[in-house]
Amino acid sequence: MAKMNLLQAINNALDIAMAENEKVICFGEDVGVFGGVFRATSHLQEKYGRARCFNTPLVEQGIIGFANGLAAQGHMAVAEIQFADYIFPAFDQIVNESAKYRYRSGNLFDVGGLTIRTPYGGGISGGHYHSQSPEAYFAHTPGLKIVVPRNPYQAKGLLLSSIRDANPVVFFEPKRIYRASVGEVPEEDYELPLGKAEVLKEGSDITLLAWGAQMEYIEKAAEMAEKDGISCEIIDLRTILPWDVDTVANSVLKTGRLVISHEAPLTGGFAGEIAATIQERCFLYLESPIARVTGLDTPFPLVLEKEYLPDHLKIYEAIKQSVNF
Amino acid sequence: MSQTTKTIEVIHKPEFIQGNEFKFPIFQVLKQDGATYKGAKLPEMDQEEALKIYRTMVFTRVLDERMLAAQRQGRLSFYLQSTGEEGTVVGFAAALDDRDMIMAQYREQGALAYRGFSVDEFMNQLFGNELDYGKGRQMPIHYGSAKLNYMTISSPLATQIPQAAGYAYGQKLEGKGLCTVTVFGEGAASEGDFHAALNMASVHKVPVIFLCRNNGYAISTPSSEQFAADGIAPRALGYSMRAIRVDGNDVLAVYLATLAARKIAVEENEPVLIEAMTYRLAAHSSSDDPSGYRSKKEEDVWRAKDPIARMRNWLIKKKWWSEDEEKQLQDSMRQEVLDAMKKAEKRPPPPVESLVTDVYDEVTPQLHEQLEKLKMHVRKYPDAYPKSAGRMTHG
Repeated sequence: MAKMNLLQAINNALDIAMAENEKVICFGEDVGVFGGVFRATSHLQEKYGRARCFNTPLVEQGIIGFANGLAAQGHMAVAEIQFADYIFPAFDQIVNESAKYRYRSGNLFDVGGLTIRTPYGGGISGGHYHSQSPEAYFAHTPGLKIVVPRNPYQAKGLLLSSIRDANPVVFFEPKRIYRASVGEVPEEDYELPLGKAEVLKEGSDITLLAWGAQMEYIEKAAEMAEKDGISCEIIDLRTILPWDVDTVANSVLKTGRLVISHEAPLTGGFAGEIAATIQERCFLYLESPIARVTGLDTPFPLVLEKEYLPDHLKIYEAIKQSVNF
Repeated sequence: MSQTTKTIEVIHKPEFIQGNEFKFPIFQVLKQDGATYKGAKLPEMDQEEALKIYRTMVFTRVLDERMLAAQRQGRLSFYLQSTGEEGTVVGFAAALDDRDMIMAQYREQGALAYRGFSVDEFMNQLFGNELDYGKGRQMPIHYGSAKLNYMTISSPLATQIPQAAGYAYGQKLEGKGLCTVTVFGEGAASEGDFHAALNMASVHKVPVIFLCRNNGYAISTPSSEQFAADGIAPRALGYSMRAIRVDGNDVLAVYLATLAARKIAVEENEPVLIEAMTYRLAAHSSSDDPSGYRSKKEEDVWRAKDPIARMRNWLIKKKWWSEDEEKQLQDSMRQEVLDAMKKAEKRPPPPVESLVTDVYDEVTPQLHEQLEKLKMHVRKYPDAYPKSAGRMTHG
């Protein structure tokens, strides 16, 4: 085991994947010599050469279009979009092409080797063009897998699974905790399952559900609630599409309450989808309405981001309201 | 790497370089009557290959005529003709290695036919029956064949162009000496994807041929409202890429240009742009009516430049073809298309289970559940879902 931060864990996963299979190709803006603006691809060009790790021109639709073709050809394309806020120029290539390659060709062709890595989320004083959480836009697109890790251990195992998965994956990296989240990470190769949520802590009064950087706030809020005598079950969804309905539903059948938290705006956010499904599955077992603690329906702000963000205090309040309904 | 420093001319007055001063020449070898231009060198092509090219051109035109008629009779939901552009499409396909990837737009039936896609395979896709490789999921004319290295067509314009750069990059890494050809119209060349693709390809030096069919119209928008420059070819210069403009109705010129472009792509790992000047004689699609935006007179000018007639005139001059053979070919192809159409029409559609496959490599639990719910519903109201009721597996 080694101590790694989240970025080092991602770098380590890429290193392992590239060493194992020469078909793995990493590229994006500044990912070459520089190692990416966050250094996630540090030393990869040095180790594996310019043909397998390289800078692209500043053109997101080109990066993903190129990646789709490379993956269709049989390579494992790992494309970086420098900030999730800048993924939208590539929206057409992802939503109309990556997601539908296999389906529209009747499985003659696919881009299963594609992984799109992109840092997302707020808390870094980045304002609205360096802080967004666009996962819900992609969650409406069958054919994609959407994965969000919460810490270094998860990041390495989930990224290795994403690269090797036979479907295109959008891998959202919580950049607020890129360096802040440090933990024990095995140096060897391992994978964590996609499409599976993880129960971090069992409890009996309420289920708390989130993903990525938001898990930190969920855990903090749970600690506060426990002091009030509320027993919290904590679940990390890990994969947003396709999501693990059974794990969440089984937990809510037991606890009767659910709080979901994400950074993205409330309206059309993925919490709405979860709430609708769980309400269908667990209607007669629910003790209180399913609560959503999310960002506001505004663009992401700069100076007042602490007010905007769904932090541990907002989640704590939602827990109390739910228990005292 | 930073910009390289070269000795450059310095001027002391603000003199601008005018973008449209440079005019691309156009490459032609065959005259309309089948004679060769003076100084033009024809390809070394034997009779068998020449006739294969010619028969393919005739086949796609027959297919287009019959299928448009079928669409008008309500037997087919939609169709797109390639009439007038057969020279460009069959010409480029004939110059390639069959293992080269073709990533086309939607008016390149001829390239697929040249590689051996059978009339039955065309019909199965057009009617979206259970034998359609695309499992009845896309509109008619969205063909694809893994066996023939022909990427399944996607409707959104120009998306295949940067993909071709990526595909070709993969071919280069594997060192197999193959290339990718991507085809698009002059309208699609306005999309961001086109510019992204040319830039990516020239920076990363990939063996890709960008083939623009400049056919005059993007649905109803004439090229004069599509671009201000001298066509599409000059755009390659800004990307430091070689480009050639060719008479797209001269199948032998297209063949020669593609052969030369392929050599550059494969031997030097450099992208090349070919702009084929042609004309969309037919409507954009079966939903379009060109009489609303262009004159019959204009069409007649181009009808006189028919690429099939030009090739035929050349073949007859060489005594490789005759009027008798022509009539026989036309009759037999019409019959073949009609027979295949009748057969494909009768085939059942894909089973309802195919709705949920190929979304992912495996069917997800959610999709299983949704399918089971749907099947229960279809069983309850079988008359409302005649395509699926009675053909479902149990479970």
